[in-house]
Amino acid sequence: MTSPQTDFRAALLDPQAPPPPGVENPDGTPATKRFDVYRNNVAVSLTDALEAAFPVVHKLVGTDFFRAMAGVYLRAHPPTSPLMMFYGTQMPEFLAAFGPAQSVPYLPDVARLELALRHSYHAADAAPVAPDALGQLPPDTLPHVTFAFAPAVQIVPSDHPLRDIWWSNTHDPIPQIVQTSQPTLITRPDFDPVVDALTPPQAAVTRALMQAEPLGDALRHGGAAFDLGPLLGLLLARGAITSLKT
Amino acid sequence: MFDATRPNLPHRPGVGYKAQHFNDIMADAGPVGWLEIHAENYMGMGGRPLAQLRHLSEKFPFSVHGVGLSIGGEGPLDADHLARLKHLCDWLNPASFSEHLAWSTHDSAFLNDLLPLPYTQATVKRVADHIDQVQSTLGRQMLLENPSSYLAFEASDMSETDFLAEVVARTGCGLLLDVNNVFVSATNLGYSPQGYIDAYPLDHVGEIHLGGHDEDEDETGAPLLIDSHGAEVVDPVWALLDYTLAKTGPKPLLIEWDTDVPEWSVLADEAKRADAALNVVA
Repeated sequence: MTSPQTDFRAALLDPQAPPPPGVENPDGTPATKRFDVYRNNVAVSLTDALEAAFPVVHKLVGTDFFRAMAGVYLRAHPPTSPLMMFYGTQMPEFLAAFGPAQSVPYLPDVARLELALRHSYHAADAAPVAPDALGQLPPDTLPHVTFAFAPAVQIVPSDHPLRDIWWSNTHDPIPQIVQTSQPTLITRPDFDPVVDALTPPQAAVTRALMQAEPLGDALRHGGAAFDLGPLLGLLLARGAITSLKT
Repeated sequence: MFDATRPNLPHRPGVGYKAQHFNDIMADAGPVGWLEIHAENYMGMGGRPLAQLRHLSEKFPFSVHGVGLSIGGEGPLDADHLARLKHLCDWLNPASFSEHLAWSTHDSAFLNDLLPLPYTQATVKRVADHIDQVQSTLGRQMLLENPSSYLAFEASDMSETDFLAEVVARTGCGLLLDVNNVFVSATNLGYSPQGYIDAYPLDHVGEIHLGGHDEDEDETGAPLLIDSHGAEVVDPVWALLDYTLAKTGPKPLLIEWDTDVPEWSVLADEAKRADAALNVVA
């Protein structure tokens, strides 16, 4: 069913469409350039929001490409909530299917990482366990321990060297990035999310722990030679674990 | 009349709070006596934004200014969003809550702009129903802000000031008078900004906004001002403020600067000028 706001909305998002019926200049003639102010506000503000949300994607493809891509995205996926901090949820899938972006195969993973970073930044606060908390437990209970993680903790899987690509574009360029599968762990020790590389076995164990599998079961996801020490040290140092249950 | 917590911001200059100014404001806020936030930027679950608010709210009264409720929308208000607003207001206990006479959401798409409404009795009823719902949910009297207009609607059959007066009469809400928006709309639609102030229901003003705008022209060469919140307040808007304050006396007076945000000293200078304007009528 049509209505004035349905017409207005449709014309806002379609740059080729005429202005909706009933909008006027002060002299009563149909408003064109004046309607374009609203059309421009919508496109520019959503493009700016995406640029702020995906700075590494932006850097990897350049401003001209990014803005053209954002123009397609914002028309296909306008925000569904006024919380602009979370706008762009469909960007990884959009980029995976976006023809002109196919030459950068890791772009969807970078977008996924940047989305996860924003969710981590705004996640609820949670106090971590003491660094020696696991050592306080009777050794025979360890296989049965389950972990609770801070809401800011996330794992972003990737078949690409995701952490190195991200680091190279946000901190110091890494001269030669080795092609490897590099799932990333996102934690928030304080207010700023931290990105660490995991090995695929470490990611598998962490994911199992995050799904509240007991430590003994979770370790099986790491394979026979899995060494828990480095992973546990990292999770504790980053304040990722908020409670232990036996 | 609606019986609830009423806005009680101090009659002093305030500024729109930006995270990059946190240290400056905590060190020396100058004449700034209160801060305004956009509600939607503080609807995360935790982290730095809420931690900063916790610190600042120990020192400053806050105004929560919504930009996403779509009070003029044809559809029902977004219940999830209204619940988030209630959560934020219950947590922060701000001195004021305000929103816009505009719409931004339709058919579940949020368009991230304050879109215009035709001024008719049907729109009055829709806006008033939504304000009733907001005020009863929040347990607070809200302030409704006049928009910046770029075009007119053939369907409009009442003035903006009559429209606002009728919404106030129906809902008991207060008003947020944006003097820059008055200047922008009056220039764009060809009426007198002073005439608008003369016709405006000034008894219900709970807060005044000031901000910068950009200048353009339409296809006929007529001036087209665009509300940008990205520049200093221009002299004719300061003059319109003086004209308004002479009628209202001191009011909570906000400097809005949301794009190309300058360093704190620039904002502090605008706040000093606002302070001087308030002192003239104190």
